Amino acid sequence: MNPFAPIGRSTMTLLAHIGRLSMFTGTALAAIVAPPIYWRLIGQQIMRIGYYSLPVVGLTAFFTGGALALQIYLGGNRYGAEAIVPQIVVLGITRELGPVIAGLMVAGRVAAAIAAEIGTMKVTEQIDALTTLATNPIKYLVVPRLIAAVLCMPVLVGIADSIGVFGGYVVATQSLGFSGGIYLKNTVDFATQQDIVSGLIKAAAFGFIIALMGCYNGFNSKGGAQGVGNATTAAVVSSSILILAANYLLTTLLFSK
Amino acid sequence: MTPKIQLIGVKKRFGSKVVLDGVDLTVEPRTSLVIIGGSGTGKSVMLKSILGIIRPDEGTILIDGEDITHINGAARDKVMKKFGMLFQGGALFDSLPVWENVAFGLIQGRGMKRSQARDIAMQKLAKVGLTADVGDLFPVELSGGMQKRVGLARAIAADPEIIFFDEPTTGLDPIMADVINDLIASTVKDVGATALSITHDMASARKISDRIAMLYGGKIIWQGPTAAIDNSGNPYVDQFIHGKAEGPIKMAVKA
Ligand SMILES: Nc1ncnc2c1ncn2[C@@H]1O[C@H](COP(=O)(O)OP(=O)(O)OP(=O)(O)O)[C@@H](O)[C@H]1O
Ligand SMILES: [Mg+2]
Repeated sequence: MNPFAPIGRSTMTLLAHIGRLSMFTGTALAAIVAPPIYWRLIGQQIMRIGYYSLPVVGLTAFFTGGALALQIYLGGNRYGAEAIVPQIVVLGITRELGPVIAGLMVAGRVAAAIAAEIGTMKVTEQIDALTTLATNPIKYLVVPRLIAAVLCMPVLVGIADSIGVFGGYVVATQSLGFSGGIYLKNTVDFATQQDIVSGLIKAAAFGFIIALMGCYNGFNSKGGAQGVGNATTAAVVSSSILILAANYLLTTLLFSK
Repeated sequence: MTPKIQLIGVKKRFGSKVVLDGVDLTVEPRTSLVIIGGSGTGKSVMLKSILGIIRPDEGTILIDGEDITHINGAARDKVMKKFGMLFQGGALFDSLPVWENVAFGLIQGRGMKRSQARDIAMQKLAKVGLTADVGDLFPVELSGGMQKRVGLARAIAADPEIIFFDEPTTGLDPIMADVINDLIASTVKDVGATALSITHDMASARKISDRIAMLYGGKIIWQGPTAAIDNSGNPYVDQFIHGKAEGPIKMAVKA
């Protein structure tokens, strides 16, 4: 048996996937600009993607901020630099952890839900039914989710940033002996507009990835319940990986001097 | 006269399995054609090929003389406005209430106001024997036969020129089946639609069709006026319409 055959095969599958995903993305982007715009559906999706993600994003951001403060304090302590906690917390949260944590949580919640919903529609022929009712499924299903996710994620991350910083503040003032006023002053003085804006740009990109991978995997699901299950898993895994990869890429682009 | 629907040498295979092997079929405007054929012979695949849901591997599909085999996007949406389709499995939108399912093509496809579309949806529901209170239920809350009738109401809601019915009477009680047969017959006669239906129910086939065609082995092996079905002289057709286990059609079952 040729030992390279499996490698070749999986490379071919990967390339086919990339090709299909690029086609799908292209079609979706073209559909965004073509009329009509389904305002009603965009509104619905903003509720489902944005509003209902608030609790989970807020909670994870709070605990992340708290743990971050604790670690920076312990690490800084080794060099007598524990006073730097507020500065590093706000930097870490706004630049990296806010967008990434929110991105991953929303990927788990929303990419899965989108893939399951669209996948079920696919296997029960509801997507075929859309086309027979003169409705473009990409326009009707994909575009509102993409727009909603790209709009919602920066807002969610903005909130995650505030709550994350607040988590650090709570830990620092309650158990690390920081004074509240000084902590806040240091935070505000240190944070730059670029720190915050870079995180929000990342957030919009992650929103695009989440909705795209949810829709793409839903549309490509095959078979019955198991196929939908596979699509859901694939949506969460692929969007999480892409978020982390895109995060690295964006950090390089946004902060390279 | 230009045929409403014309299939020329349409072929479709899934993997190594050949389903359609050169289907030639012509449907004249304002006529009702019924396709008969054994389970799994590709009747549903044929309808979906015409609708572009399944892309045929070879062959040409003409609607009103226009080649639609390879069109996409806005051009396809435009052609789709001519069609209504009842899916074999219903394919109702489970996240929308019944009335919005029926009104869907009017609201999304044609941009009609929701309130106006709702009124039309309620009328169409009445035509298939469903009361107004059903309109606010969700598809999962309906029985199988009720879902079928909602699918039917959705297919005819926008008064399409061409309507496909994939097993319209399967799962209905005999009386309701006859109501639906009358509805299909009158949609063709009164509204002037062209209908292409699939059914295993020979009583229904006789009642709703002007012509009958039989699909076997991936080809149309016989077609003719409905009145001629009993004297087709075709052993396959005879076996099928009389539902005999013995004959040229062999079912793949082991005794
Ligand atoms: N999407 C698909 N992928 C693979 N095979 C398919 C697909 N759709 C249909 N087939 C195959 O094509 C054949 C014809 O299917 P089709 O649904 O057209 O049958 P049918 O004539 O409508 O039967 P029935 O009367 O039972 O509804 C079947 O053998 C089926 O397995
Ligand atoms: Mg069928």
